[in-house]
Amino acid sequence: MANGNNGPVNGHRQRKNKPPRYSAFSLFRHGLSHSDWPRVWRTHPLKQSYDVVIIGGGIHGLATAYYLATNHGIRDVAVLDKGYLGGGGSGRNTAILRSNYLTPEGVRFYDRSLQLYQHLAADLNFNVMFSQRGHLTLAHNDSSLRTMRWRAEVNKLQGVDSEVIDPTEIKKLVPFLDTSENVRYPILGALYHPPGGIIRHDAVVWGYARAADANGVHLHQNTEVTGIDTRGGRVTGVQTSRGRISTRVVVNCTAGWSTLISDMAGVDMPVTTSPLQAAVTEPVRPFLDTVVVSGTLHVYVSQTDRGELVFGASVDPFTSYSMRGSLEFAEGLAGHVLELMPAISKMRLLRQWAGLCDMTPDYSPIMGPTPVEGFYVDVGWGTYGFKAGPVSGEAMAACIAHQRPPKIIDAFGLDRFTSGQLVGEKGAAAVGH
Amino acid sequence: MIQLPCPWCGPRNATEFHHRGEVTPRPEVASVTPEEWRRYLYFRRNACDWVEESWYHAAGCRRFFKVRRHTSTNEIVQAGRVQ
Repeated sequence: MANGNNGPVNGHRQRKNKPPRYSAFSLFRHGLSHSDWPRVWRTHPLKQSYDVVIIGGGIHGLATAYYLATNHGIRDVAVLDKGYLGGGGSGRNTAILRSNYLTPEGVRFYDRSLQLYQHLAADLNFNVMFSQRGHLTLAHNDSSLRTMRWRAEVNKLQGVDSEVIDPTEIKKLVPFLDTSENVRYPILGALYHPPGGIIRHDAVVWGYARAADANGVHLHQNTEVTGIDTRGGRVTGVQTSRGRISTRVVVNCTAGWSTLISDMAGVDMPVTTSPLQAAVTEPVRPFLDTVVVSGTLHVYVSQTDRGELVFGASVDPFTSYSMRGSLEFAEGLAGHVLELMPAISKMRLLRQWAGLCDMTPDYSPIMGPTPVEGFYVDVGWGTYGFKAGPVSGEAMAACIAHQRPPKIIDAFGLDRFTSGQLVGEKGAAAVGH
Repeated sequence: MIQLPCPWCGPRNATEFHHRGEVTPRPEVASVTPEEWRRYLYFRRNACDWVEESWYHAAGCRRFFKVRRHTSTNEIVQAGRVQ
C-alpha cells in the first residue's frame, strides 16, 4: 500500500518517509527476511495548487522535477501523466545513448547528457544498467562517408571521442557484419563512437521518479490534462481529469501530444507527429558488442543484456497519431537487417511496437519559454529524446528557476522558427533521410 | 498498410505515395514578410482529427491530389484532384 502523505510536510516527516537506500546490504537483508520492499514512489492526493506543474511523466518531465528539487530547491512540484510513468516515448525508444552529433550546439548538449548518464546510477541510487559498448554508424556511399568525417571533426573539436574507421576495423568490432563488396549497399566505413551505448530505459524513468519523490515532488498518474488556463498572457492554472490546479508555471514535457498540449495554452508549434516502429527478437547468446546503425538501410541494431536484438527504424512516411504496427515495417526491417547480418536469418521477432515522434523542421528540440508567460516547452524530441533526458531536465530546471534559458539550450528556443536561425541536425539525428 | 484512393489510378498502397502533408494556404510571395513566410514553411496545425492533406503518387501517375484523413485512425473519406 502506498505511503500516503496528506497535507503539508515538514522536513522531519519528509525524511522519515524517504524510501530506504538500495545497496548490496539491503538486498541481502531483504533476501533473508523476505519482507516486502517499500513502494518505489508514493501517491499523494492532488493538491489545489503547486508552484510548478509538469505535464508528462516520462524521463523529461521526471528529470525536470528531480533537478528542480535537487539543484534549485523548488520542491512544490507536480508531475502529471495521463497514463502511467514512462509509458510513452520513454518506454518505447530503443535505449541508445550517444553524443556524436553534427552541430557544435548539438554535440555539446548531448555530450552533457552522456556525462550525466555516466554517474546517474550513483546520483539516483538506482541501477540504470548503462553499458558504454561503443556505437557504429555505417556509411554505404560517398556522401554519408563525407558526413561521417564532418561529424568526427566537429565531435573531436568538442572533445567527444569519435572517429571514422574502415571496413577492416569494423569487421574486427562486429564479425557478423557482411563487409564484402558484392552486396547492394557495401560498407565503405563507419563513424565509431566508443562512449555510446545502451541503457535500461525503464530503470532511468523509475530512478528519476523515485529520486524526485524522495525530494518532495508529487507524481500523479492517470491524471489527464484537459485545459490550460491563462489570463492576460500568463498561465494561471491547469484543468485535469481530477480537478483544477492553480499554478503560475506549466511545463509541457510531452512527446506525441506536444502540439495538442501547447494548443491548450494558445501556443503554435512547428511540429508534426509521426509514429516510429521498433521490434525485438527472441533472446540469444551475446554476439553483438556494439550498437550498429545504418542510415541508408534505415535501421539500428543493439543486443540487450538479456540477449534480445532490439531494432529501430526511421519514422513512418506520413504523419499520424496511430501507434499501430504495420507489416511493411516488419518486412522492410527484416530485409535491411539481413543485408547487414545474413547470419541471423533464422531468428524470430518477438514483438513490434510504435511510439510517437514530434518532428521539428531542423531535427533539433524546442526548449524554453513561450510567448505565454509561465508556459515552458521541452518538446519536439523527434527520434532523439531519450538520450537527452538528463540534460533536458537539468537545463529546463535552470530555465524555470532563473526564468531564462541557460546557455546550453540557448540555440533551441521556439523563436528560432520566426528568426530563421535553425540548428540543422538532420545529418546526425535521424536514420530516415 | 493504408490504401489511398488516387483519383487517377484508383486505390493503391501507401508505399507508392509521398506524403506532402497538411494543405496550408501559401502567402503572396511579393508582399510576404520573412516572419510570415517562415510561419508558412514551418508551423503546422498537426491536429489529432480529420485533416485535409496532399499526397503525391510518386510510383504511379506522379500527380498530386488531396484527401481527408483522420490522423488517429488513418481513415480516409474523400479524394480530390489538385488543379
